[in-house]
Amino acid sequence: MNGQELLLSRRRFLQSTGLLGLLTALESLLPRYARAGTLPPQVTNVLRIERTPVSVGEIAGSGITVNGSLPGPLLRFREGDTVMLDVTNALADEDTSIHWHGLIVPPEMDGVPGVSFPGIRPGDTFTYQFLLRQSGTYWYHSHSGLQEQSGLFGPLIVDPVDPDPFSYDREYVVMLSDWTFQDPYKVLTKLKKQAGYFNYRRRTVRDLFRDISTRGLGDTFTEREQWARMRMDPTDIADVTGELFTYLMNGLPVTGNWTGLFRLGERVRLRFINAAAATYFDVRIPGLPMTVVQADGQNVKPVTVDEFRLAIAETYDVIVRPSEERAYTVFAETMDRSGYARGTLAPRQGMSAEIPAHRPRPLRTMADMGMGGHEAMAEMTGATSQHGMQHAPPATPSYRAANGQPASSPSPEHAGHAAPPEPLQAIDGVAHGSDHHGPGSSSIAMVARSRVQDPGTGLGGDGWKVLTYADLRTLDYPRDDREPERDIELHLTGNMERYMWSFDGKTFAEAPEPIRLTAGERVRLILVNDTMMEHPIHLHGMWLEMENGVGPLRPLKHTVNVKPAERLGLRVTADIPGRWALHCHILYHMEVGMFRIVQVDEPTEPT
Amino acid sequence: MTFSFRPAARRGFALTVFLSSILFACEPASAQLEDRRVRSLVQFDLFEYQAHEQANALRWDAFAWVGRDYDRLWLKSEGQQSVEGASAGITEVQALYARLVAPFWYLQTGWRFEALNGPGDDRSRSLGVLGVQGLAPYRFDTEAALFVSEDADVSARLTTTYDLLLTQQLVLQPRLDTNLAATSARRFGIGKGLNDLELGLRLRYEVRREFAPYVGVSWLRAFGDTADLAEEEGDEIERVSVVAGLRFWF
Repeated sequence: MNGQELLLSRRRFLQSTGLLGLLTALESLLPRYARAGTLPPQVTNVLRIERTPVSVGEIAGSGITVNGSLPGPLLRFREGDTVMLDVTNALADEDTSIHWHGLIVPPEMDGVPGVSFPGIRPGDTFTYQFLLRQSGTYWYHSHSGLQEQSGLFGPLIVDPVDPDPFSYDREYVVMLSDWTFQDPYKVLTKLKKQAGYFNYRRRTVRDLFRDISTRGLGDTFTEREQWARMRMDPTDIADVTGELFTYLMNGLPVTGNWTGLFRLGERVRLRFINAAAATYFDVRIPGLPMTVVQADGQNVKPVTVDEFRLAIAETYDVIVRPSEERAYTVFAETMDRSGYARGTLAPRQGMSAEIPAHRPRPLRTMADMGMGGHEAMAEMTGATSQHGMQHAPPATPSYRAANGQPASSPSPEHAGHAAPPEPLQAIDGVAHGSDHHGPGSSSIAMVARSRVQDPGTGLGGDGWKVLTYADLRTLDYPRDDREPERDIELHLTGNMERYMWSFDGKTFAEAPEPIRLTAGERVRLILVNDTMMEHPIHLHGMWLEMENGVGPLRPLKHTVNVKPAERLGLRVTADIPGRWALHCHILYHMEVGMFRIVQVDEPTEPT
Repeated sequence: MTFSFRPAARRGFALTVFLSSILFACEPASAQLEDRRVRSLVQFDLFEYQAHEQANALRWDAFAWVGRDYDRLWLKSEGQQSVEGASAGITEVQALYARLVAPFWYLQTGWRFEALNGPGDDRSRSLGVLGVQGLAPYRFDTEAALFVSEDADVSARLTTTYDLLLTQQLVLQPRLDTNLAATSARRFGIGKGLNDLELGLRLRYEVRREFAPYVGVSWLRAFGDTADLAEEEGDEIERVSVVAGLRFWF
């Protein structure tokens, strides 16, 4: 059966079930790698960015595509190659750009307009040229405006010179995204006018009565009182939800059922990429344990899990080995449980397996508020179990009153060479300083602590193994075993009521001066999340070595998920002089100002 | 209803336009983000027909703002107009500059103009405004302001509402409006002390977030000197209305 026949038979099936709509439109834009079969060794060096009509039944819209496909074509290179890519802007009236997410390239090739290059004007062609000094699974996307939401992204694979430290018989890219026909600028406008616009899972009077009957009046009152007093909404898990989004796997909606074929006994490598603008996915394949072998394109010590949370812009490579001649559902449930993307691993086309039921909508807890003391403990063990989830581990027995740790002071306990395992820097919590970041920040974490061992909101209570950051150990060691010379503390801040997002309470426009590093310098970037939302923070041009309690085996990341009230240490070696972007990868958060420039200066000559 | 802007009112409007042109003048773009974009909102919290024993009336309470997160210009309008019998009503507009001074609070200052028509002569006045607007703890949407009139009469007003979600789209909203005065302004039917208290309960259905028809009841009662003045004019001092209207924004 050739590809065309496959496509037709699938269409007939969907026509008969009346679900053709979205599928026709999006499938007509599908790149080749998204169809059944294994990954082609294709290399495209000419990328054309244009607006492409997409229509679904009555709804006519458009996407911004690369070479007419959504997602964009697979770019596949070899480590050590010098890559030349011509990117042409065929858009009518807007600039564009492409950023190679996770690749360390010279700043002028990094593709961030206004930071490291001027952008690509309509009608112009920009030639990217860079040497690949790394391998793994990455992706590319526009760094101009909200174009990424409109479809301007695609996968990028760099094959290693040395063989991978694991083996597999077959591989697939599994690229997850969120799609809407609405103009993304209108989506942002709605969020600015009413931040809870897309949340149709708020707590109602019915929830109140149910809670009173299950938890008792006292507990319910105490919990509601706290949220109401803080003017926060515990159901605020995602800004934009399944109310608006259609979730796609390799460009296909749920009805499209992206299918990857396998032969019994084969090891299948799945390269998961979260290319969504505003959606976290929780990924599992019921019946198939997944062995994580790479995180953000970097080899890690294999760890076998049943589920992992894929933050926006992260990638995980997993190996699965189907043991039965049957279909397996690849299930990517959104963090707020308002929707999912889905595909199938199967021995033949046209098969499908059961789609799991949605789990209960998660709620923020006192732990997310960053409260110290016993209140938080009571909440973590009490409220969570009633919603069918549990936060693992049940944290520390008590939160010692932490002294406000001043920014920019080295931690003495890290002096000398750390041997694994090292203590987590903030396991006991660090109290917030006196600066509450002004009106741009409606909450602070009174006590922020390490949460790398915590699988995250809504995960960990299902009786199966969920990946945590503490499970990641790099195989690429040693890299730079120097201790950080100084700490740079940056707070993730927001005011949900007004949909304001920032660092240290200030948007990029309010704090345009860069964070300065000197080339060769080794620093610790400490991110403190004062908000009650997860933020995927991405640093361009440098690896983030995440302090996750495993000592020198700390994993390398290009994007880290910082949980509510978390304090996360990241070691950074400033390699390449230039201006680099540091931002939240929730597209709408970045766009309203959760963005900074990190400037790496040439060292001054000693005189 | 007829009233015309007096010179003071015209000056106030011109000042508003002038201020807005200074405040929101274009600034150079920074890394092409949206964090300096001037945004706007127009919202009618109340836009309703009030049915009660005496004269039925139209009632509205609306605001609009334009600006960025920290600095905004607000226009507000509130009023009531009888739709049968003798023409009687009050129309009020406010033009305010607002500054985000705390995560949940705007400080507002500016000018208020109000015009009364019937019974009796049409009359109007200008007042200075200093107020706060925002979300109080326990999620009470709150607006509180002090007013000083051109005749140096001092008054205050508090409006607060609460949204109780019966379902994701069906919202029950209690509302409280109250006026107080430090000095009486007899021409405007205002006595010293607590003027009035209005309690409303409205049930709206959010067809979309932006568009929500509602029904409800409203109880209004005048107190003290204000009540006496109302009685002198032949007005009722207590009134229960059944209301139906539309809450919308864009």
